[in-house]
Amino acid sequence: MTNHYVDLKNSDCILIMGSNAAENHPIAFKWILRAKDRGAKIIHVDPRFTRTSARCDYHVPLRSGTDIAFLGGMIKHIIDNNMIQEEYVKYYTNASQIVSLDYDFQDGLFTGYDAEKGKYAKETWTTDKDEAGIPIRDYTLQDPRCVYQMLKKHYERYTLDKVSSITGVSKDNLLKVYNEYGATGARDKAGTECYALGWTHHTVGSQNIRAMSIIQLLLGNMGVAGGGINALRGEPNVQGSTDHAILYNILPGYLKMPSGPVDTLAKYIEKYTSKSTDPQSANWYQNYPKYTVSFLKAIWGANATAENEFGYSWLPKLDDGKHHSIMHIFDAMYAGKVKGFFAYGSNLAVSNPNTTKVRKGLQKLKWMVNVNIFDNETASFWRGPGVDPKTVDTEVFLLPAAASPEKEGSQSNSGRLVQWKYKAANPPEDAMSDGDITMRIMDAVRDLYKKEGGIFPEPILNLKWDYRDGLGRFDALKVSKQINGQVTQDFVIEDLVAGTKEIYKKGETVPSFAKLMADGSTSSGNWLMAGSFDQKGENKMQKRGKEDPTGLGLYPEWAFAWPLNRKIIYNRASCDLEGKPFNPKMKLLEWVGDKWVGDIPDGPWPPLADKEKGKFPFIMKADGVGAIFGPGMAEGPFPEHYEPMEGPLTKNPLSAQLHNPAVKVFKSDLDKYANADQKFPYVCTTYSCTEHWCSGFTRWQPWLLEMMPEAYLEIGEKLAEKLSIKNGERIKVASIRGEVECVAMVTKRLVPFEIEGKVVHEVGMPFNYGWLVPENAPDASANYLTSAVGCPNTFCPEYKAFMVNVSKA
Amino acid sequence: MNQELVKLIDLSRCTACRGCQVACKQWNEQPAKPTRNFGSYQNPPDLQWNTWTLIRFQEHVDQNGTLKWLFRKDGCMHCTDAGCVKVCPTAALYHTEFGSVSLHPDKCIGCKECMAACPFSIPKYNKETNKISKCDLCYTRLQANQPPACVLSCPTGALQIGIKDAMLTKAYKRAKELGGDASVYGDKFVDGTHVVYVLPEKVEVYDNLPESPNIPLSIIVWKDVLKPAGLLAAGGVMAGAFLHYITHGPKTPDEETTSEGGKEL
Repeated sequence: MTNHYVDLKNSDCILIMGSNAAENHPIAFKWILRAKDRGAKIIHVDPRFTRTSARCDYHVPLRSGTDIAFLGGMIKHIIDNNMIQEEYVKYYTNASQIVSLDYDFQDGLFTGYDAEKGKYAKETWTTDKDEAGIPIRDYTLQDPRCVYQMLKKHYERYTLDKVSSITGVSKDNLLKVYNEYGATGARDKAGTECYALGWTHHTVGSQNIRAMSIIQLLLGNMGVAGGGINALRGEPNVQGSTDHAILYNILPGYLKMPSGPVDTLAKYIEKYTSKSTDPQSANWYQNYPKYTVSFLKAIWGANATAENEFGYSWLPKLDDGKHHSIMHIFDAMYAGKVKGFFAYGSNLAVSNPNTTKVRKGLQKLKWMVNVNIFDNETASFWRGPGVDPKTVDTEVFLLPAAASPEKEGSQSNSGRLVQWKYKAANPPEDAMSDGDITMRIMDAVRDLYKKEGGIFPEPILNLKWDYRDGLGRFDALKVSKQINGQVTQDFVIEDLVAGTKEIYKKGETVPSFAKLMADGSTSSGNWLMAGSFDQKGENKMQKRGKEDPTGLGLYPEWAFAWPLNRKIIYNRASCDLEGKPFNPKMKLLEWVGDKWVGDIPDGPWPPLADKEKGKFPFIMKADGVGAIFGPGMAEGPFPEHYEPMEGPLTKNPLSAQLHNPAVKVFKSDLDKYANADQKFPYVCTTYSCTEHWCSGFTRWQPWLLEMMPEAYLEIGEKLAEKLSIKNGERIKVASIRGEVECVAMVTKRLVPFEIEGKVVHEVGMPFNYGWLVPENAPDASANYLTSAVGCPNTFCPEYKAFMVNVSKA
Repeated sequence: MNQELVKLIDLSRCTACRGCQVACKQWNEQPAKPTRNFGSYQNPPDLQWNTWTLIRFQEHVDQNGTLKWLFRKDGCMHCTDAGCVKVCPTAALYHTEFGSVSLHPDKCIGCKECMAACPFSIPKYNKETNKISKCDLCYTRLQANQPPACVLSCPTGALQIGIKDAMLTKAYKRAKELGGDASVYGDKFVDGTHVVYVLPEKVEVYDNLPESPNIPLSIIVWKDVLKPAGLLAAGGVMAGAFLHYITHGPKTPDEETTSEGGKEL
């Protein structure tokens, strides 16, 4: 979240799209209801009418996978009706910059497309700079090549008729949402968007969010109280695991994972350190070398020295251009290329797309380690339905793990709030924390390397490896201090102008990432977390102060929010060029005298009106402004509607390009697609229900199972009538990849769409079920139906839109 | 009664997360029983001896053609003029100092008279123990100045508990805020219930919610006219049997049925 949960209450209009907030974030939903109490409009746009819709002002049904068409229409509406927050758009976004003459967009394709590779070369996706390297700007926004005019041109095609015909949303409903949300473009209004997996689980997942970011920038809704783009994260610590690099392509703190050709630290720093010559751009990522070196020092401690590039050569490197998302891993596994596999706290045989391929892939492993609090379909794949254990050679280890309340440590919520939690009970029998399990495995690996040498022992044997308490157990506090960062040799920061002198002693915790050094005198496992301890070692994550000086629910004394306890990021954008809040009733920040008062500001610099020292508010961007034109994406700088890999249409109504041109399609015999195929005529989407956790370890909990005992398909009354399916009846759901049997839940909450003049039905199924528990349950994993294809930026699979058939069982 | 309490259920804030349903089972140590999905989110299908509170899910299209998904937390209403207390021959059911209706399970003889006397079909019979059971508003928690488990679990503020007058004021204020068909349900019958709803829709729209609940006349006649004499003459068991005959005649209620249509699974 750019903002935080409590801040939802400050909003004037909350668009919940791509999220079922009430069902999947029931605790957070109270803040949405607080906003409603204040008179905010709450809008739910979703294929299904859910428990969220029930508590919103109104629900707008939309066909799965057409969010960009819907949002593109909103961009057009906002521009055509001049609903933008003009000062904000001019000075805080790149709307005024001039797009390169080489850039073009024709019939669904941007310039630079290589059809053979299915990839874009992005060289033409740039804006012009002057000789000094400073972006050329037209603050009148009239230049036909300025971003604003190019944006207008791009979305000209997204007319109400067209959008309605693609999305299935009536024109009345489109206008209702566009007008209501567009009204937050007023200087004293804030609109926010809550999304979750309903936006990421698409072949255009990242661009769904980009489209909304553009809307938020046009309306001046970023960096303000009650605004922002708010990803509601899944289980309590998904934010934390992302921050600490659960994905293959990042290092902790979102530093880039190096690739093979970037074989020296100097090359790595040159490649990823952001550059800007604009004196009004803070260009925060110019500090990249400090965070990189401090990270290397955290991993290899005293063994990381300037002479050995702080151990850079010991970091694993990605093969250039290769990806290793979970879909790639299982593709390789199915091809027999993976020997061993750790499934840590996950149940991929249920949660991954294309279950048939996943379970067959697991059978090709030599060994697998599953760490979990219960047995699951992954650990027991060798005895699953249709598998003869005698034919499976995989050696499987199921290690019993401590559950979340059985261990101490930090936990990060979606609002970047990192809270310390305490152990409530000991884990049962020989179950232990993930930390203890990992340390024991690594101890054994290190012993082997010590004894046997091995091909490349340095990264293993040189590790800083002192995270135990007095009894030899994993010590979460020690790890947290290392993540925060420590002073590794004494140093002094002296400011001769201000006459200040700061002294840092070896062993102290680093109080802020602004104090991290690139010369090896600091360590930090994750620069974003620097400041979670103060210099004396006080753990700020344990703070529980309830003061709320701004009245906006920032609670600065409650735990620690990265970065630097800033509750709303890019908060300087909440003020005008003089530093006065756009909305005086929601005073998040204000420039008073010579300093900012309110939230922790995004840097100390004066507002932009100060031509000498003032800085643009979007400090993480090289040019300091919000990116309406976003050249970093895999499939183009402006979001464009493409149909899901499987949909009801043979032709994209907006261009000749049916699917995302940059999509990665796997080629195994089990990767099959059926687009606009009459054998699979119904759109299907998948999700999780409130009562179960993802792949369903909650199925072991009798009270939860009693409430949601078995798999079901939600099916609209009209379709049920057409297929003569009765409520509660057993039915079969089939895609080209697989088939499952479940209960029909016939409902008024799913309605047919009119798409390009034809009636299209959509159905939906939860993915929480498998075969292992409850006993004798039919194998009803919804992911037998889904395909392993996903967003080319994140490789998030397209769980939310594919085609099925439904029949009586 | 030194401190009459009311639990307020504001259905306009309920997201049907069912935290209350689980919290109730956890605090009161009630087991789960195997269920099937019968084409609804609602489960178990009805209140049972082991399920004292339940969210009812109901799809409703209003007069404007707008779809509503109604959630109603069902459970004991804790009546002031409580039919169950009135008919209980052994005083197993009784009013607490908070106005709520509690149960001494050791005194319950399984006569099931309370089941017939309750206008809300709340008490449920467990044939294994030969006793009835129902929500007691977490009496032991109230004694310890703690909110009932369901209230504690509610994330949105749909459930609150407090002094009766304050809660009723709150309820009427909320109903007024909501406008339209919203109303307060509970204070106008059986001398007032200690569970009060704010209903966003008209009362008659909700499944299994009586529009004008009252205790069956036969029971009033028995309790206020005949029972005082009867209790003098006979022990509890005898009185229960007689009462049963008076209210139901010779027919025995189906032992397996917990309430209308709700088979115990």
